[in-house]
Amino acid sequence: MITLPAPKPEILARKAEIVAALSAIVPGDGVISEPTRLKPYETDGLAAYRQVPLAVVLPRTTDQVAAVLRYCHETGVRVVPRGAGTSLSGGALPMEDAVVVGLMRMNRIIEIDLEDRLAVVEAGVTNIGITNAVSGDGFFYAPDPSSQLACMIGGNVMMNSGGAHCLKYGVTANNLLGVKFVTIEGEVIDIGGAHLDAAGYDWLGLITGSEGQLGMVTEVTVRILRGPEGARAMLAAFKGTEIAGAAVDAIIGSGIIPVALEFMDKPCIHACEAFAHAGYPLDAEAMLIIEVEGSVAEQDDLLARIKAICERFDPISLKVAESAEQSLAIWKGRKGAFGAVGRISPDYLCMDGTIPTSELPFVLKRIGEMSTQYGLGVANVFHAGDGNLHPLIMFDANDADSFHRAESFGADILRLCVEVGGCLTGEHGVGVEKRDLMTVQFTAHELDQQRAIKSAFDPQWLLNPSKVFPLQDMPLAAE
Amino acid sequence: MSELLSPPDEAGLAAAIAAAHAAREPIAIEGNGSKRGLLRPVQAARTVSTRNLSGITLYSPAELVLSARAGTPIPEIEAALAEKGQHLIAEPPDTRAIFGTDEPATLGGIVAANLSGPRRVAWGAMRDHVLGIRFVNGAGEVMRSGGRVLKNVTGLDLCKLLAGSYGTLGVMTEITLKVLPAPEATGTLLIAVADAEMGVRALSAGLGSPFGVSGAALLPGEPMMAALRIEDFAPSVTYRLARLREALASFGNNTVLDGDAARAFWREVRDVRPLGAAAEEAVWRISVRPSAGPAVARAAEALGGRAMLDWGGGLVWVAAPAQASAHETLAAAAAASGGTCTLFHGPEALRRTVAVLPQEPPALAMIARRVKAVLDPAGILNPGRMRAGG
Repeated sequence: MITLPAPKPEILARKAEIVAALSAIVPGDGVISEPTRLKPYETDGLAAYRQVPLAVVLPRTTDQVAAVLRYCHETGVRVVPRGAGTSLSGGALPMEDAVVVGLMRMNRIIEIDLEDRLAVVEAGVTNIGITNAVSGDGFFYAPDPSSQLACMIGGNVMMNSGGAHCLKYGVTANNLLGVKFVTIEGEVIDIGGAHLDAAGYDWLGLITGSEGQLGMVTEVTVRILRGPEGARAMLAAFKGTEIAGAAVDAIIGSGIIPVALEFMDKPCIHACEAFAHAGYPLDAEAMLIIEVEGSVAEQDDLLARIKAICERFDPISLKVAESAEQSLAIWKGRKGAFGAVGRISPDYLCMDGTIPTSELPFVLKRIGEMSTQYGLGVANVFHAGDGNLHPLIMFDANDADSFHRAESFGADILRLCVEVGGCLTGEHGVGVEKRDLMTVQFTAHELDQQRAIKSAFDPQWLLNPSKVFPLQDMPLAAE
Repeated sequence: MSELLSPPDEAGLAAAIAAAHAAREPIAIEGNGSKRGLLRPVQAARTVSTRNLSGITLYSPAELVLSARAGTPIPEIEAALAEKGQHLIAEPPDTRAIFGTDEPATLGGIVAANLSGPRRVAWGAMRDHVLGIRFVNGAGEVMRSGGRVLKNVTGLDLCKLLAGSYGTLGVMTEITLKVLPAPEATGTLLIAVADAEMGVRALSAGLGSPFGVSGAALLPGEPMMAALRIEDFAPSVTYRLARLREALASFGNNTVLDGDAARAFWREVRDVRPLGAAAEEAVWRISVRPSAGPAVARAAEALGGRAMLDWGGGLVWVAAPAQASAHETLAAAAAASGGTCTLFHGPEALRRTVAVLPQEPPALAMIARRVKAVLDPAGILNPGRMRAGG
């Protein structure tokens, strides 16, 4: 269980005054303070943790966000920034003595420029909303987290979100040009712009993935890309995880970078097949979904090359999609993986470590042993090209012991990821979930350095409290 | 001439910096010193170099990962990658011709300056491919950020903060990069265009096509030449180049380059040679939205200079008379479209006089001072390299 500090009584006592001040800044229906209406904001995608916030404020403009933050800074009120609340690491988990600043009403698309290949949007525009705005002209916004129908670009910036296609197109950080950044002191700063590689320190790079620790973002300028002529998938199933891993190495080694390269282990194949009836081979120990892009002839050429490589690894099954429909059928099981696991287990924790891909067989073997040790099932899906592992640990939330075992199991997996040369989180963020494991990856000195950089932006430590950094040994500024 | 210290290893480097920190004594930071002529000159009695921290420490082609000590020369890394059919994604320029130096750039120097070549427009900048760093901060403490895996969002991303900080926030000692397979084939479409506007429209049409353009430059001359590169497996390059040629036929007469000729062409563009900067001229590197590139190019011509555009028009290299007034004109032209202007190289007197980088707005400058104080509390690392008095 992750400890959350007790709320400060002096802040709780000021609730009426704080709500009145916020209502003056965001008039009308901009502030929520009644307990029943605050309830929907009590958690995010990490539903095991819940805290009803002091109030929720829903600004419509950058100036309002700046005024809210300035007020909170001047009166010592903590702030939890929120987009759509889809964080899987508890990045948007409220605190009882904090004000949630939600950006969902800032959902305008400000500018689309196909010539310069960029879009300027407010932070509350959904990820898919950007692609939808430009797809009629054949363009798209590349990062595609699985929550892309709901998650908002402001949250994507703060968590540096990834997705299944980042092996080729990169993560959020690689697809940004600029942000409108609001400091806790209420200053509005334009960082970057419509151009690449602005001169001077790379503040855009530092802010991206900072999990709401440094400030808030109200507008984002993203690069948009012209889509390929087409894309098609194939499926390859193997007798062992080592064999599938070796096939991945051979594909990359041949000079092909598929646009997606997804790996599923046996429990995951079974769960997905039972759910989606995608025709996955149930006798396989591991399965790859490989997608390539280009004209039909280019797709044929690349898929033939990949098929020839896979054939060297004694596959159980090789299925090359002949059409877009067949591609969708191959993806159907994978896209429904989380739902599929949700069907065979009442609850699951989705982990998110990254490992050097050469360590995959060893790591999967160790996860299997831990599964036995903890008495909990686990299914693994994995972005094989970039080593980003998503073990889904199955448990029952109504059984406290089961939940605690699931958390310990998850922590052991992440320790293992760091041990083999990887990291705690590839795309979900540290949030509240992995906060206490940061000491596994970083020395005390390194954490202090990061904390001091946070202090440079947020001297009173009011922004997104109790996340990212372990609570012990906090600098004095934190209290 | 500043006294040169070249510690043999990271511990030695950390000790040298710790000593300078304790003595509150400014030090200049460099690798091979190939970019001493970049930005502002540093006044320091001592220079600390990473040149002896050399060598590739990890190369795992199947994992697309390479680590090397900061002082490793770029050509050594390029050669090791080429042996396995891979390459540096951002194709950093070889700037020896611009700076008039002999020694090649080091990995640390290229990352510290975040220098990227033509492929940046499609595949990201040098800083986009930095997966992890080890660095010594201004107090002489060894720190790490990132790691050796391709996806990592654990903690604040100090890799990006240090990349492009020109040695003013810390001294990188080891850098881990994402690398990619080198393409089997390279082809280039050259279009003779009437003017810069037409040229940038042609580049935009190419970059906005589904054919995967990985280089888009506009070269000065009579006529101006728009160049678009396709890199991939050979059948793809043949196919896409033909389609691109059809799609862009209306922009002007065109020809195709392939094989070694195409590769040599883009090496020239990468190294900014088509700009033809003379030794007595200054060189500016201006980043704007691509459609604003032609206006900056015209401002350069009005000064009696020339411009070469890369990144689809968004990166404008300018060679013009080395005068403060020219700098002010170009900085204003960049700012007019919200872009940034860097005085990349010029006589020392000019680099000392003008603001070589744009000023930050006051609120950001205040945060910058605080962050600098965290990473370099005594302010000893490369003082004055980026801005006077900082």
